[in-house]
Amino acid sequence: MSILNTAKVEGNDRSKQLSDFLLKYAIYIVFALLVAVISIKEPEFLSIENFRNILSMSSTRIIIALGVGGILITGGTDLSAGRQVGLAAVVSASMLQQLDYARRMYPQLQQLPVWVPILIAMAVCAIIGLFNGFVVAILKVPPFIATLGTWLAVYGINSMYFDRPPYGAQPIGGLDARFTNLGSGFIGRDSVYSLPYIVIIAIIVAVIVWVLYNKTVFGKNLYAIGGNPVAAKVSGVDVTKNLIYIYAFAGMLYGLAGCLEAARTGGATNNYGNMYELDAIAACVVGGVSTSGGIGTVPGMLIGVLIFSVINYGLTFIGMSPYLQLVVKGAIILAAVAIDIRKYLTKK
Amino acid sequence: MADTQYILEMNGISKGFPGVQALDDVTVKVRPGTVHALMGENGAGKSTLMKCLFGIYSVDQGEIILDGQKIVLNDSRQALDLGISMIHQELLSVPCRSVMENLWLGRFPLMGMGPFKFVNHRKMAADTKKLFSDLRMKVDPKRWVRDLSVSQAQSIEIAKAVSYNAKVIIMDEPTSSLTEHEVAHLFEIIRGLRAQGVAIIYISHKLEEILAISDDVSIMRDGRSIGTYPASELTTDIIINRMVGRDLTNRFPPRANVPGDVVMEVEHFTSAESKSFRDVSFNLRKGEILGVGGLVGARRTELIETIFGLRPLESGVIRINGRPEKIGHPIRAKRLKLALLTEERRATGIIPMLSVKDNMLIANMKKYLRFGLLSEKLGSADAQRSIEMLRVKTPSENTPIRDLSGGNQQKVLFAKWLLTEPDILILDEPTRGIDVGAKYEIYTIIADLAQRGKSIIMISSEMPELLGMSDRIMVMCEGRMTGILEGEAATQEKIMTLATQFM
Repeated sequence: MSILNTAKVEGNDRSKQLSDFLLKYAIYIVFALLVAVISIKEPEFLSIENFRNILSMSSTRIIIALGVGGILITGGTDLSAGRQVGLAAVVSASMLQQLDYARRMYPQLQQLPVWVPILIAMAVCAIIGLFNGFVVAILKVPPFIATLGTWLAVYGINSMYFDRPPYGAQPIGGLDARFTNLGSGFIGRDSVYSLPYIVIIAIIVAVIVWVLYNKTVFGKNLYAIGGNPVAAKVSGVDVTKNLIYIYAFAGMLYGLAGCLEAARTGGATNNYGNMYELDAIAACVVGGVSTSGGIGTVPGMLIGVLIFSVINYGLTFIGMSPYLQLVVKGAIILAAVAIDIRKYLTKK
Repeated sequence: MADTQYILEMNGISKGFPGVQALDDVTVKVRPGTVHALMGENGAGKSTLMKCLFGIYSVDQGEIILDGQKIVLNDSRQALDLGISMIHQELLSVPCRSVMENLWLGRFPLMGMGPFKFVNHRKMAADTKKLFSDLRMKVDPKRWVRDLSVSQAQSIEIAKAVSYNAKVIIMDEPTSSLTEHEVAHLFEIIRGLRAQGVAIIYISHKLEEILAISDDVSIMRDGRSIGTYPASELTTDIIINRMVGRDLTNRFPPRANVPGDVVMEVEHFTSAESKSFRDVSFNLRKGEILGVGGLVGARRTELIETIFGLRPLESGVIRINGRPEKIGHPIRAKRLKLALLTEERRATGIIPMLSVKDNMLIANMKKYLRFGLLSEKLGSADAQRSIEMLRVKTPSENTPIRDLSGGNQQKVLFAKWLLTEPDILILDEPTRGIDVGAKYEIYTIIADLAQRGKSIIMISSEMPELLGMSDRIMVMCEGRMTGILEGEAATQEKIMTLATQFM
């Protein structure tokens, strides 16, 4: 009798362990299943070339997600991310056209070192971020509304800058080879075993952001503010200052991502970056970042972006209709969050 | 005599929670058409008893008899249907909706047929008007609740209770936020209800008020009923005596602290918020435990949160070690070596999803920087030392703090502030919601800190705690300081008298 009981208890324990395990690694399991299904359908999918393509595709998205992720950790959000990316793309491209290109935006402009326009674009976005932070932290406008406002305004500003005489709303082309090389060049001699610069940049940024979020007072404060703003304030954390900083820092990352988008595609228009914020937020959420704040890791954000890139690339690779792809992506967002939230519900 | 017939009997009610017997064989009998006051200190079990009556808690033992019939309540919906209503201490309303929608929420009158049912706004308005005229209330049913005064919002709650055809209405501290004039209006409504045969159970700390409005008074102490008396036979002194008359058992650690020089002086402190504290002056010595007593609403929390820079100050001076200081933000308070353990541990203390370690280090991060980056090693060493020193029961320093018990969470918060090496610790209800065993450990920590020369301000609503732990006790009433008692001279009666001075 007692033996039976013990066996039953152990059985319960084991099934609980299994469900805990499934909950904990649900995202990775979904990811593995996805890759497995795609590979069975098209075995060629598992190649170094595809892997590199997916990484290249993910690079700018990773940089954007790392910025939005930091804001999500504070319990905020940033809808203006994509439009800031677009602005940075246009600003950097406008100053980095070839000297002999016929339709230069600034015909008199001398050749600049590549890093100058990039820094200018990042600074512009940092200022927009500062403004977001000011509206959120000092005017106390809810982040969703505050950044909805800047989302519109930044697009307007970008369009005014972009759509001017004499050339009007023409894509900015003829970019400096030094600049485009940043987006499409790579280390290594042959095309199979090589590493694109853009991937290297994304990795460096990820490391820097990881250190910032995990190893600095600023990073720790972000988690505390998202976890319990009043407790953070009572503990002597300057909530206002830290909030303004994270919006500005995220702006800098969007700025960098915008430049890389322009460099990668060899041009820019005012519509660059449209909807990127939603991809970035979705990727963070799938990677375990909580939209109510206080929870999220840099590796999680990276995994989230990669999952979406694999979906995009893999489903196209097996020839799935783009419309159906949207349905699959939507289902994955919902499933991932519904499963992930169970971790916290059961603990109550 | 009609009064042998009770509308409500609660016989031998017992209710226990893990670690504490909240109610022990409590009996209260209420006559119809009377106001029945329920009195007792904080923690005497009044609210628990009322929650049992309202179906929020289930009783372990005992029976509830309503109108001669034994009833078993599983939720408050049943209580309402049977004719028991409760007006809560904090108002539960939907601010940006109209008065009438709040009144009939969950039971809107409908019209139409089959699946096509719509809310009948006309009937709702008419029902509301009739109800209000019965109660002689003048409130526009279409106004938003947000725009009402506190007393109007309260009268809506009463109207709501009446609209359930209640036989018994429980009122928990209904006057705590009302002005004198508003209280008079409330009493008018209560008398009207009484005349209609409704029984009212009235919980309040305000003795004069109790004597003015009630017919019978039941007194509770430590989860037991002491007795029920006709209000006409009582005086405030008798009530106080029966409320607190109890021996102090050895529930506190011995203390060996010796108060030294004055480290903090507060002079004529007046809050910039309306209806808060005014003109409060006191001082605090090195190595002293200064207790702060008073009833709910005495504005003690407001006072210490203002000292800590969380609330605005209108006028007054604070001197730390003789120097006048302006403290406008907790950052400044921390720099002056002050620390504050807030009252609402869950709402304003812990950061639930973060680890024990992160919660301990959050107020003191800069100490763990090496070359601009946080050192895991330094932080872990301090966290580990704190866990051992305060005997925090946690699986590891990386466990999320929400998984710990209340007492252990409180120890983590103590550790957080101790790591900032404060000179002055302000503790707001440090043992609230903590079981008896853990309480003793918290007391030991406090006594030990005082002995090491830390100065401590401890707000407490528990009399024994104040008497058992304080060198001096400052008592507040209605936002004013009504006296400072020396430790040995203080008694529960003296504290209670000062705490009710303006009532």
